[in-house]
Amino acid sequence: MAEAKKVVLNPLLDNNPIALQILGVCSALAVTTQLSVTLVMCVALTTVTAFSNMFISLIRHHMPSSIRIIVQMTIIASLVIAVDQFLQAFAYEISKSLSVFVGLIITNCIVMGRAEAFAMKNPPGISFLDGVGNGLGYSLVLIVVASVRELFGSGSLLGYQIMPLVENGGWYQGNGLMLLSPSAFFIIGFFIWWLRSRKTDQVEVRDFRLASHSTSEEAA
Amino acid sequence: MSSRETTKKTLLVALCLCVACSIVVSGTAVILKPRQEANRVLDRNKNILSAAGLYDPATTSDAEVESLFAEFTPRIVNLQTGEFVTDDQLQELGINLATYDQRTVLNDPAFSEAVPADEDIADIKRRVIYPMVYTQQQDGAVSTIVLPINGYGLWGIMYGYLALEADGNTVKGISFYEISETPGLGAEVRNPRWQALWPGKQVYNESGDVALRVVKGLGSGQYQIDGLSGATLTTRGVDNTIQYWLGENGYRPVLENLQSLSGD
Repeated sequence: MAEAKKVVLNPLLDNNPIALQILGVCSALAVTTQLSVTLVMCVALTTVTAFSNMFISLIRHHMPSSIRIIVQMTIIASLVIAVDQFLQAFAYEISKSLSVFVGLIITNCIVMGRAEAFAMKNPPGISFLDGVGNGLGYSLVLIVVASVRELFGSGSLLGYQIMPLVENGGWYQGNGLMLLSPSAFFIIGFFIWWLRSRKTDQVEVRDFRLASHSTSEEAA
Repeated sequence: MSSRETTKKTLLVALCLCVACSIVVSGTAVILKPRQEANRVLDRNKNILSAAGLYDPATTSDAEVESLFAEFTPRIVNLQTGEFVTDDQLQELGINLATYDQRTVLNDPAFSEAVPADEDIADIKRRVIYPMVYTQQQDGAVSTIVLPINGYGLWGIMYGYLALEADGNTVKGISFYEISETPGLGAEVRNPRWQALWPGKQVYNESGDVALRVVKGLGSGQYQIDGLSGATLTTRGVDNTIQYWLGENGYRPVLENLQSLSGD
């Protein structure tokens, strides 16, 4: 039980896939302008990661290592297509705004990364939980980014207007940068900064250190 | 454990996996297809009604969409002649109104053509010769015509509908059902507040030219619509779309024939 809890909760802050492993940043930029769309993306990614981990772990003893990667890809791709079909059938509006990004879960490094790093070495149950945990870790960052972007970009959260926009007769001038992808880089950057200033063990050891300036006496 | 590395085992695993995965993929696709199709049709109908000013996302239920949409008659027009295609001609062309989709026949040379570069102001490359328009009849006379339009915005082609009144000149409304513009900027073409600027505007001036423009800054008068701030290229795209589709190569001849329908 303790291990299960650790596997699920660890990726939230201690081993966050985006903030520490720096995986899956691409979709964190693309689908975070509206919180509602982000939430669906998070559910979709968590589902795919959890089930792909489980299925890959189930057949890990039968998987020839020569075609290991392609077997993992096939399983992930099939799951993603199934999720995409479900979204088109039950959440049409949102699947329209997610458009290609659901399909791009296939290339999301978190899914493949967890399959290769965890599911290949662990039994199905714990692998499933690891998928859930990493999906939640990804979701945490995305929800933070999307909340900031929607609030300051469009003055709303989940579509409810919190700060009425000037265009609609209110007082808030929407921040255009927040609606464009680069703003997500800044927010993720600040998130990582905040995280590492609290959890100093995540700070990487410097590869090299700049020497101090040589004094004029030394140079002469 | 070494047995799993043999060629035979590798092929067997690959085969089993492919069969299992293809069952999952095709299974979900086939089972969910009717529901997805229904969603697509409903979404299209909502956009047609929205262009005609009959749909409010907050209050109109899906059942109401169906009954409101029943007032509209789908018709095929021929852009080369500017005429409404008759039932006999439909049979000849092999078009079934219930299943016809002008987006899927776009690559069929029998139904579509390349747009010459010098005429292609909306940057659409190909167009369908027989688009499906929708007319609303009241007391035997056409009261509204809804035209499918498309044109290139900033990131891709925007698809939508433009509704005109029976005079073929007064705008009833506009809607876009498929766009890939920037959310919050260009995607504001789907904002009802912006779309509310359209009704009542005039398309053609006295000399018969397309005078309706989407302009930068504050549009004024009966021919101008405010552009979207922060979305210059999308605004230009919408403007080009209007110029093309209402112009001489677009629906202009069809609109001149609109009165001929009133006898139906």
